[in-house]
Amino acid sequence: MKNGRFGIHGGQYIPETLMNAVIELEKAYDFYKNDENFNKELNTLFNEYAGRPSRLYFAEKMTNDLGGAKIYLKREDLNHTGAHKINNVLGQALLAKKMGKTRLIAETGAGQHGVATATAAALMGMECVVFMGEEDTIRQALNVYRMKLLGAEVIPVTSGTATLKDAVSEAMREWTNRIDDTHYCLGSVMGPHPFPTMVRDFQAVISKEIKQQILEKEGRLPDAVIACVGGGSNAIGSFYNFIDDKSVKLIGCEAAGRGIDTFETAATINTGKLGIFHGMKSYFCQDKYGQIAPVYSISAGLDYPGIGPEHAYLHDISRAEYVAITDEEAVCAFEYLAKTEGIIPAIESAHAVAHAMKIAPKMDKDKIIVITISGRGDKDCAAIARYRGENINE
Amino acid sequence: MSKIKSAFENGKAFIPFITCGDPDLDTTERAIKEAVKNGANLIELGIPFSDPTAEGVVIQGANIRALKGGITTDKIFDFVRKIRKEVKIPLVFMTYANVIFSYGSERFISLCKEVEIDGIILPDLPFEEKDEFEPICKKYDIDLISLIAPTSKDRISKIAKNASGFLYIVSSLGVTGTRTEIKTDLNSIMKIVRENTDIPCAIGFGISTPEQAKKMSDIADGVIVGSAIIKLLEKHGKDAPSYIGEYIKSMKDSISNL
Repeated sequence: MKNGRFGIHGGQYIPETLMNAVIELEKAYDFYKNDENFNKELNTLFNEYAGRPSRLYFAEKMTNDLGGAKIYLKREDLNHTGAHKINNVLGQALLAKKMGKTRLIAETGAGQHGVATATAAALMGMECVVFMGEEDTIRQALNVYRMKLLGAEVIPVTSGTATLKDAVSEAMREWTNRIDDTHYCLGSVMGPHPFPTMVRDFQAVISKEIKQQILEKEGRLPDAVIACVGGGSNAIGSFYNFIDDKSVKLIGCEAAGRGIDTFETAATINTGKLGIFHGMKSYFCQDKYGQIAPVYSISAGLDYPGIGPEHAYLHDISRAEYVAITDEEAVCAFEYLAKTEGIIPAIESAHAVAHAMKIAPKMDKDKIIVITISGRGDKDCAAIARYRGENINE
Repeated sequence: MSKIKSAFENGKAFIPFITCGDPDLDTTERAIKEAVKNGANLIELGIPFSDPTAEGVVIQGANIRALKGGITTDKIFDFVRKIRKEVKIPLVFMTYANVIFSYGSERFISLCKEVEIDGIILPDLPFEEKDEFEPICKKYDIDLISLIAPTSKDRISKIAKNASGFLYIVSSLGVTGTRTEIKTDLNSIMKIVRENTDIPCAIGFGISTPEQAKKMSDIADGVIVGSAIIKLLEKHGKDAPSYIGEYIKSMKDSISNL
């Protein structure tokens, strides 16, 4: 038990059929991550295609309005395709191409990772199949259309709860069926080793940039970095380069759904327990017999019963704090950021904004908070309107 | 000495898979008795899991039906304790790592010993993660069954060398479910396996017809059939056991050269 562990978490709990595929992936990744040409190509894609570096924006109106800590927004929503997901996807698609794979498969929740994978596949001339819970194809119809426009096939998943976890299961099943030409482009810092490490490395560009940008603007490190957590890829990307900087508080915001005292929640750290699922040991929402719980959140992207193993470890060692944000709090934050700063965040990212709204007023004015806005909120407008009792045609 | 070995001592073994509690435990009990009566040599008892990632739609359906019917790990242990008074052939559990882990690995495995379960098959536990349960299985003398897949290649020898009970040879890529054709070069895989171990080997995944069973039994020591049996449960529900008995007889006959 040594492969890809973060403390006791992680590992490779997958069918034997997939073992050589993940071993091959690990070898390829270990080689290319230090390969100069690969990194040059990836950086060019990041800068020229995805629009990096993303801005670190001083939210002055929000800061003044809340009356406490200075608030900066890391604008991953400004990336090409509108979310942080593109960072990981460009890395994995390039790697898959180097490995001679011609087909990408992916799971998606909110559709952002599916859109990003379809985008990279179009760019690199690869075939693309995206698995998406049927319920999510309805909540996120616009993203389904975008994926199809980009040339991907979208397969609605009807098994289980027909949401993100079932899309992951179905993508894993498809991978066991077709391995030779296919790379499973997993969208978060989860699943079997090497995915949690590899996806983190591709997303670590977020915290690398935050560090440079905040040092330029403020001449010092922030006091807190806040990001939303489903599987946890934008959060680990935002945290990673600050883990050794003990003065920086790292705060992950889970989806509490209708509240952590209800069954309609997806807050894994706050309500889950240790388990083994989807290739990893980590915390999962589950019943006493280990049956995975049907989780709920207004946000399709956070509607997942587990959390990446590195987050589970950061929680164990108390290096990061994981708080739960309800649907109502997230929707209020969604509306607040739109009205205050003219920025419509993804409902996922709004969970991080909501927590900042709670803690910023209690902090001194010389303190600094960075919130990662992991994606843009256009995709959520219809659902939020519905939540507020208004029906709009998309 | 592993009791599982005895299942392979009188010709080729026929190994049916039955999900406990699909649609209820009374049906499961009758299905098991029909299976034994008609020549099953070892039975894989499925403990349902909410998200069985190695299963195709048929066995996924069985898991859902059983869980909807209120089946739990505790009820299954009580059930096995009860049927063990009559059922003497080896029995193994087939489930997912989280079912054991969340129950408490030692508590689960010691109970296996107590109710006379002989082995455990976990499709999401590859060689690299065996340490999660193997030390405890050894302590209680329960065989942790290893799987070999069409993609195992250079891994076959180390898996075979360390195997216990019997080796589960996965016939095809993908998840469980019936297939019209099995394309994997199983002879080459079996050759490497035999060079590394003398424990019995059974082939599973995709087998549903007597012809396929015969062909597979020529290569290995036994055949495992799951989805084809679950389909009978899906179709006939509580009336399935007699159909299962009939089906198992035809399969057992085909591999016994009758």
